[in-house]
Amino acid sequence: MEELDAEPPVMVVPGADPSSRQLCFAWGPAEVLLCETRFDRTGRSPASRVFVVRKDQDIYIHTLRKLFNESHGIFIGLQRSEEELAGKSRKSHLVQVSKNYRSVIRACMEDMHQAAMTVKPVRSEASRSSLGRNTWELTMNSSLPKAGPLLLRLLDWVRLHVCDVDNMVREVLSSEDPSKHELFWNVVDVFVLQGRMDEARHLLSKEASANPTSVNMYRILDDLMKKMPVPSLNNTQTLTEMELKWQHWHEECQRYLQDGTFASNSHTESICKILLGDEDAILEKKELMTTWYHFLVTRLLYSHPTVKPMELRFYAQSSMDLFLGGECSPEPLDTILMAAFEFEIHQVIKECSIALSNWWFVAHLTDLLDHCKLLQSHNLYFGSNMREFLLLEYASGLFSHHSLWQLGVDYFDHCPEYGRVYLELHIERIPLNTEQKALKVLRICEQRQMHEQVRSICKIMAMKALRNNRLGSALSWSIRAKDAAFATLISDRFLKDYCERGSFSDLDLIDNLGPSMLLSDRLTFLGKYREFHRLYGEKRFSEAARLLLMLMTAHIAPCSFWMTLLTDALPLLEQKEVIFSAEQTYELMRCLEDLTAGKSEKQKFQDDNVETMKVEMLRLALARNLARVIVKEGTLEGS
Amino acid sequence: MEDVCARFVSQKISKTRWRPLPAAALQPPDLFATGSWDNEDNRISVWSVGDLGNAGLNGEYQGEPQLLCDIRHNGDVMDMQFLDQERIVVASSTGTVTVFRHHQNNQTLSANQQWEKAHYHVDQDTSCGGAACTGVICNKPEIVTVGEDGRINLFRVDQKDAVRTIDNADSSTLHAVTFLRTTEILTVNSIGQLKIWDLRQQRNEPSQIFSLAGDRVPLHCVDRHPNQQHIVATGGQDGMLSIWDIRQGTMPVSLLNAHEAEMWEVHFHPSNPDHLFTCSEDGSLWHWDTSTDISEKPSFLHQGGRSTAYFSHNTINQSVVSAWLSNDPTKDRMEITNLVPNQTLSVNSLDILGPCLVYGTDAEAIYVNRQLFA
Repeated sequence: MEELDAEPPVMVVPGADPSSRQLCFAWGPAEVLLCETRFDRTGRSPASRVFVVRKDQDIYIHTLRKLFNESHGIFIGLQRSEEELAGKSRKSHLVQVSKNYRSVIRACMEDMHQAAMTVKPVRSEASRSSLGRNTWELTMNSSLPKAGPLLLRLLDWVRLHVCDVDNMVREVLSSEDPSKHELFWNVVDVFVLQGRMDEARHLLSKEASANPTSVNMYRILDDLMKKMPVPSLNNTQTLTEMELKWQHWHEECQRYLQDGTFASNSHTESICKILLGDEDAILEKKELMTTWYHFLVTRLLYSHPTVKPMELRFYAQSSMDLFLGGECSPEPLDTILMAAFEFEIHQVIKECSIALSNWWFVAHLTDLLDHCKLLQSHNLYFGSNMREFLLLEYASGLFSHHSLWQLGVDYFDHCPEYGRVYLELHIERIPLNTEQKALKVLRICEQRQMHEQVRSICKIMAMKALRNNRLGSALSWSIRAKDAAFATLISDRFLKDYCERGSFSDLDLIDNLGPSMLLSDRLTFLGKYREFHRLYGEKRFSEAARLLLMLMTAHIAPCSFWMTLLTDALPLLEQKEVIFSAEQTYELMRCLEDLTAGKSEKQKFQDDNVETMKVEMLRLALARNLARVIVKEGTLEGS
Repeated sequence: MEDVCARFVSQKISKTRWRPLPAAALQPPDLFATGSWDNEDNRISVWSVGDLGNAGLNGEYQGEPQLLCDIRHNGDVMDMQFLDQERIVVASSTGTVTVFRHHQNNQTLSANQQWEKAHYHVDQDTSCGGAACTGVICNKPEIVTVGEDGRINLFRVDQKDAVRTIDNADSSTLHAVTFLRTTEILTVNSIGQLKIWDLRQQRNEPSQIFSLAGDRVPLHCVDRHPNQQHIVATGGQDGMLSIWDIRQGTMPVSLLNAHEAEMWEVHFHPSNPDHLFTCSEDGSLWHWDTSTDISEKPSFLHQGGRSTAYFSHNTINQSVVSAWLSNDPTKDRMEITNLVPNQTLSVNSLDILGPCLVYGTDAEAIYVNRQLFA
């Protein structure tokens, strides 16, 4: 066993008290069953209770269901397109998939924020979702080779992430006179911190028109902001050019600050300081940035705009230290993001697995990274690789949900090594309340050639039907499973009913068996026997006779039924016209003898009068028929 | 395709139905109901779809279905039908049939009437043994239900007890029911039989039985041609679409290989019966279009009985044969299109009214297309 990274958390089960009752437990697919045994430590023995302990509560959160379903669609799309695309289109497709995941997470986050207004416990989920989104974006940003400098991507990331300030921004922008709004300067600061220069300039122009006296100051600030060099998307300028320009601009800002141009207004002064990359000035706006990684990006924007991915980790660590200032220790989110900044993908995944209780995030992230060929496949000690392990865990979790199991099936399909075995074990445990659900599960098994499970499910449904006296349903289930043994069982039931009641039940079924009659011998017999009755009813006696004989001689009929068949032959033998030919009569006699010879002497003794009378009547009828038919056949026609 | 609005609703949808339009209405339908299944807490929900002309706050949400109200439902929703503008009849997997009323003024749903244990196994008095009610059809004020217990019930709304019950009407599960005429119903069962029952007669036997030719594949859905009542379409467990002519023979007229898995619903378009829609477990929804170019046929003959204003039933002779009954479906052009772009999980239910299509899937999403024939 490998060493544990973190101590396993202790979970207290409310109500279970090991000091008063001895407890026993058993593992289930995704939960633990805990029960109180009869071994009582205190001497009393009240009723035992059973506890079901679930680790993964997240599956039952309503707002997450949409996330699971939408991401399932994206996952399937990704797996299917794998084979088709190659090269450049593949790359852009993978980026598109990542964007899809991102928007799905964002939608989930918004739902959670809305729900968090009403329901408290959701708040923690909201924060976890936002964690998910941030990490996703960051990892994707760093992993996928994309066009454009790193800084621009980081800026995009920060802008999309911090939605707390969006409300404030909206409020100020929609007010009648934004410059008079109390949060006006906050919003300007936000724009500056996020590098949204145009929007900041737009707002400042409003303020400038309101204060004609300081118009000069505002003009200079506006000018500085406009001239600020940013790394461009298309590489029209080399790195050195960019650095030179930036140096120039930085010095210009410095000059204006030292000249005291902004001394009259503290707000504009702090903005200028921020433009200069003054860490203290930026740190003053802590509440607007809310997170250390925002601070990191702002810091990079204004002091190291040409930062390269490799250098990121140094700045990240120092930013976090500066921002948190040693007051609070880093939270799990922070460790994860730090790992992301250091491009340690495995570390990110590991930290996420520990921090999050649900496997959704790591499973999908790892899968996407695997498709990008960014994960070195190192096999875990129990055989499968990391991607498959995480997908299996996630899908197993889905199967413990009463409704999301259908999604889990597709995930198992795409785990090449253990997926099928897991699916076989899980699918047998789905409760089948209605026939329609059973049909859906059955279709899943049939599509994957899981014959054992098909047989088992059909047998369960057929037995249920049989117990409820729905013989037609039972038959249709055994036809689906091609289960000859069960078909025989059902036919025996029919025949038993017939013997007891003297007539067939469910004629609509037996009359219309069709080719399914051939599934089992007994079923064939049932069909043919019913046909015999029909022919007799239609007075087609010779055909009926032939059929009857065939049933006995071809050994389709079970031995127990021969007596009944022979008794059925009686009325045919007693008809006015001769039906059975001599050959046929001999056959019948032979059958009768076979039947009676089979019985031992003791049995014959025990036979009651009805039995012996039946046999005697048969013998008499057969003899009489034989006599008549010999005469008839011996007579020349027409004379 | 851009006119399809999708919405994820966090519950697997088993049935979707448009609210019927009043007789002289010209506008397209704007309200539909859905039922869920496989939840611990199933719900009947009523949704409204906005006007096409409105652009909402964010352009992308234009036309997305909005939830008006919902109500808890005990058991899976197995079938659902609008009785009239305000009442919905729902069949449950517990064997109960409920009539819900949708109150327009305050947008709420309430259970109006309920027939418990309409379908049951063994004995009604024992507590266990409820059998799923699999199909319900309404012709106000009559409601007919069928279930896994092989029983057919005839209810009248506002009457507490069943008007008529046919016990053990079928030895297998009855999957669906529809009205053939006002006094006759059609049922399909899980041994591949289509039966006609005459409710005026007192005997508990079907008046006619049709069955498939080869293997007795279970039939899951049935629908009758809106104008030509002898044409019936059924869908089977193997995804095969069968068209029957119930005037003649006991076997289907044509068998069309359609889906790869169970076909859950089949619907003729109510006003445009040259169009047929089927949805299936394999995740696809097919639109079958047999309307051929008018110019190819002589001008006085029209398809589908759409404009039969100038000739009565007496003059319909053999030459005006619906495309559905033609023995060679490849001769008459039939266009078949799959309306689901990325199919994943099963499409459980669909409904069409006018130019609007709504369907629900096991991927917990509802899709609405309001410009089907554009």
